[in-house]
Amino acid sequence: MTAPLIEAQSLRMEYRVGRGQVLRALDGVSLAVRPGEVLGLVGESGCGKSTLGRCLLRLARPTAGRVVFDGTDITALSERTLRPLRQGMQMVFQDSYASLNPRRRIGDLIAEPLRVHRDGQGRRRTAADIAARLAELMALVGLPQAALARYPHEFSGGQRQRINIARALALSPRLVVADEPVSALDVSIQAQIVNLFMDLRDRLGLTYVFVAHDLAVVRQISTRVAVMYLGAIVELGDADTVLHRPAHPYTAALIAAVPEPVVLPDGDRAPPLRGDVPSPIAPPPGCRFHTRCPIAQDRCRTDPPALRDPGDGRQVACHFPLAGG
Amino acid sequence: MDADATPLLAVRDLTIALPVGGRMVNIIDSVSFTLGAREILGIVGESGSGKSMTALALMGLIDAPGARITGSARFKGRELVGLPQRAFRTLRGREIAMIFQDPMTAFTPVYTVGWQIDEQIRAHGRVTRKDARARTIRLLGDMGVPDPARVADRYPHQLSGGLRQRAMIAMALSCNPSLLIADEPTTALDVTVQAQILDLLRRLRREYGSSVLLITHDMGVVAETCDRTMVLYSGTIAERGPTGAVFARPGHPYTAALLDSIPPLHGARPARLPSIPGSPPAPADRPAGCPFTPRCAYAHDACAVRPPLLPRGVQDIACVLPAEGRDLPARCVTV
Ligand SMILES: Nc1ncnc2c1ncn2[C@@H]1O[C@H](COP(=O)(O)OP(=O)(O)OP(=O)(O)O)[C@@H](O)[C@H]1O
Ligand SMILES: Nc1ncnc2c1ncn2[C@@H]1O[C@H](COP(=O)(O)OP(=O)(O)O)[C@@H](O)[C@H]1O
Ligand code: SF4
Ligand code: SF4
Ligand SMILES: [Mg+2]
Ligand SMILES: [Mg+2]
Repeated sequence: MTAPLIEAQSLRMEYRVGRGQVLRALDGVSLAVRPGEVLGLVGESGCGKSTLGRCLLRLARPTAGRVVFDGTDITALSERTLRPLRQGMQMVFQDSYASLNPRRRIGDLIAEPLRVHRDGQGRRRTAADIAARLAELMALVGLPQAALARYPHEFSGGQRQRINIARALALSPRLVVADEPVSALDVSIQAQIVNLFMDLRDRLGLTYVFVAHDLAVVRQISTRVAVMYLGAIVELGDADTVLHRPAHPYTAALIAAVPEPVVLPDGDRAPPLRGDVPSPIAPPPGCRFHTRCPIAQDRCRTDPPALRDPGDGRQVACHFPLAGG
Repeated sequence: MDADATPLLAVRDLTIALPVGGRMVNIIDSVSFTLGAREILGIVGESGSGKSMTALALMGLIDAPGARITGSARFKGRELVGLPQRAFRTLRGREIAMIFQDPMTAFTPVYTVGWQIDEQIRAHGRVTRKDARARTIRLLGDMGVPDPARVADRYPHQLSGGLRQRAMIAMALSCNPSLLIADEPTTALDVTVQAQILDLLRRLRREYGSSVLLITHDMGVVAETCDRTMVLYSGTIAERGPTGAVFARPGHPYTAALLDSIPPLHGARPARLPSIPGSPPAPADRPAGCPFTPRCAYAHDACAVRPPLLPRGVQDIACVLPAEGRDLPARCVTV
């Protein structure tokens, strides 16, 4: 098997949140993404998806654990040493407007990374190089060349997301971490952008970590899926295996809760999961899901389950994985 | 449900015009629908289609300067269009209540949630503080709030999103309104909590006898919750009908395309998602004729004249295709 492009090893991320309390946003997360894979990251609000994404790109520095990018341990690198590596890893965010300076033209916004970073031969890019690359990028993301001379507010949400993608791709990264990149878009536009992400992966051989709370979107784009709950991965495996035959009760509950655009007889609806996600400042002991798990046993309240392979290549953190798995 | 008998709410040709760039533009154009007792009607559409404006007009809450509202909206026989603000104030809370996407807009941060629900109850009837609190606690309990007496003593920011949403629904129901307008009530919630709130909305009509106008952009939410569905596009009704029929056999190309563009959770994964080209036009830039023309795969010459909303089977469809004998194919779905 090929070596991973990005790897997290036992990542921990703690935030001090006053009164001596510690919020553990990531509690021992390990995963590896190989070149060309799309790892979908799902889970409810606050489970640590964005924190993990930021740690993988070293936009945040984990409290403990290691991040390895393309064979280099980047956990403790200074910003200066990181700089050349940064070109290879980029991020796309949910809020397409907040990430674009409203007073600058699209052409300037996308050219910025091209001006800051040197090219493959260590040379500064000329104005002609930059213009050529801008033209290429606009074609790549499906925007007219005329868009380069306009301002962010002149575009719709979907078009702004194309602009953000163009900017992220300017330096030809190998890894893109996309944090809820289609969540703010209407479905008809969301489909366009999901298709764009898939085309770009095929054409440019990109590797994605794709964060989304929408399981259907994640299934559409991902080759593998990691399900997170309260700062930990509870299930990790092939997208089809995990989403068609979930082994963790939380994965199963998440799937059951998705409202599908199909009208079912009233009785065919699974009862919803009880309660809310507990506070990450004081996560439950034992299995962190036991307060909401419909099949929790005594053992689950004290004994934390480790991630292990139930025999089909995926990983599940549950003492009693579902038979579907 | 026989919505024709005496509908709780009968909206006819509701039109909302706002000044945009020096001229009046119809944000909502001739929207008509009825809502029966104990019925859940879904209004679904993309952002900017006019869902919230419709709701705000029914609540007398459109405060944009220069707004002009015409047409009719009869609630229990009483005309809401042109109703003075004073009359709206007594109607709101007592007869018609509204819940929003963000519960923080319904509560003030400085008082406990329980105190605010108590006040709402006391504002609409002679009730002692003690009785009001007892009712608040009962309501919170009914909404599935665990330990409701304790939750009542908390401030809004101390509650999780799901609990805040339940508390807001409890406050909305505190005076037994016959109409609850819910504008994207679950959009900010996680799916597991959303499922709980939708469950709650379905129970309301049984246990409180309320009718619900549920506004959402999520076709899945409509499918799971609403008896009838109305699809809005660019301020006009594209299609409406019983939810089962609309989802099994969408009659308007927009409804069909919208459903197609949702990635499936089951069955084969499409290599590409069918998507709708372009995006909805801003209200001032809407084309004459059918507003969906620039994005519609079936657009042709006849679409240059705005098609009226006409019955086709159990649905009403604003498209020229049915009259041309070119009905859309039924949808195939895998569950
Ligand atoms: N700078 C910070 N200081 C304190 N707590 C933080 C900080 N950033 C994140 N957190 C907390 O860490 C946890 C994980 O946050 P994160 O943003 O990674 O969640 P997420 O899974 O991306 O959620 P969402 O789906 O809402 O985006 C949350 O409880 C959050 O409140
Ligand atoms: N005060 C206003 N002035 C001008 N246009 C407005 C105003 N308020 C809303 N609109 C426009 O009216 C349309 C419908 O808005 P809204 O009802 O909020 O849509 P939805 O709730 O379906 O997303 C949108 O195009 C919006 O931009
Ligand atoms: S370990 Fe126990 S509580 Fe946790 S998910 Fe499995 S069965 Fe449920
Ligand atoms: S009237 Fe014409 S443009 Fe409008 S939805 Fe029907 S076919 Fe499409
Ligand atoms: Mg996040
Ligand atoms: Mg709205």
